[in-house]
Amino acid sequence: MRFLGAFGRFWYDFVIGDDWKIAAAVVAALTLGAIALAAGLPAGAAAPLTGALVAAGFLGALWVDAR
Amino acid sequence: MAHSGLWGLVTTTFVASFVEFVEALTIVLAMGLTRGWRSALAGVAAAVAGLAAFTVAAGYALATWLPRSVLQFAVGTLLLIFGLQWLRKAIFRSSGLKAQHDEDAEFRARTATARLAGGQRRLGLDWFGFVVSAKGVFLEGVEVVFIVLTFGLAAGDVPAATVAAVSAGLLVVAVGLVASRPLTRVPENTLKYGVGLLLATYGTFWAVEGLGAWHGGGSLSWPGGDWALPAILAGWVTLSRVAVAGFRPARPAVAGQEGQ
Repeated sequence: MRFLGAFGRFWYDFVIGDDWKIAAAVVAALTLGAIALAAGLPAGAAAPLTGALVAAGFLGALWVDAR
Repeated sequence: MAHSGLWGLVTTTFVASFVEFVEALTIVLAMGLTRGWRSALAGVAAAVAGLAAFTVAAGYALATWLPRSVLQFAVGTLLLIFGLQWLRKAIFRSSGLKAQHDEDAEFRARTATARLAGGQRRLGLDWFGFVVSAKGVFLEGVEVVFIVLTFGLAAGDVPAATVAAVSAGLLVVAVGLVASRPLTRVPENTLKYGVGLLLATYGTFWAVEGLGAWHGGGSLSWPGGDWALPAILAGWVTLSRVAVAGFRPARPAVAGQEGQ
């Protein structure tokens, strides 16, 4: 169990890193993009919209830390 | 793959690997010069063996188990999160909120710690030098393997990514052998900023393409196909420059108060 815990912590630190808010913002933006697609938004509009949502989420995460 | 995509793949994996190998070299040099080269190099060999096993296992699992669009979504999302962490550090360093990474200071701190450490011996090796070298090379190496595998698989060219990473490793080792000291003149902070931008760009591109896995099964197409990549890169460059200017504090951070 200790090994599994250490293994999990390593990958959390490795991928999520110092700021969990960035990972949360990416997952939230991609989820919203998937919902927009499921709601019938064309792929040509959903792709740039999702990219813009990722950028906005990243900027928001930076702003919280920089305050 | 288009030439632009191949060059993007090779450039990103080469520069990212170069930066990680420079950091690994600093650790190995610090251990070699203070604790002895035999233990330090044995640590490097153990780490390389561990990395080879990790690469084969992770590469096989990713390439075998996941359909293309799910693979794009998974590695795109991981690359995007990973790249945005690099970009975050670069933005905070450029704006002065976080101190610049200093390879020379890192080397001095590691050699000071190594001189104070005990002299326990196991398997005929200085254990401190062996463990610190092995751990340092493995952890920096995992980042290289992660970028090579995710980037290579999503772009459909793992061999090109591998060649780029190995070339970066050989270059760092060669320069390190000649210099016999940390590569402090490498513009590490600038390189990390560039890699952060490229990882964020390709991560955004592939993660969004991979959304198609949840909507019909195939990959989603960006308007303009691969030509969306320069536009996404321009977007991340603009956002990062605006953030650097906007977050610049009255008093910048002091060196030594920072992570990797």
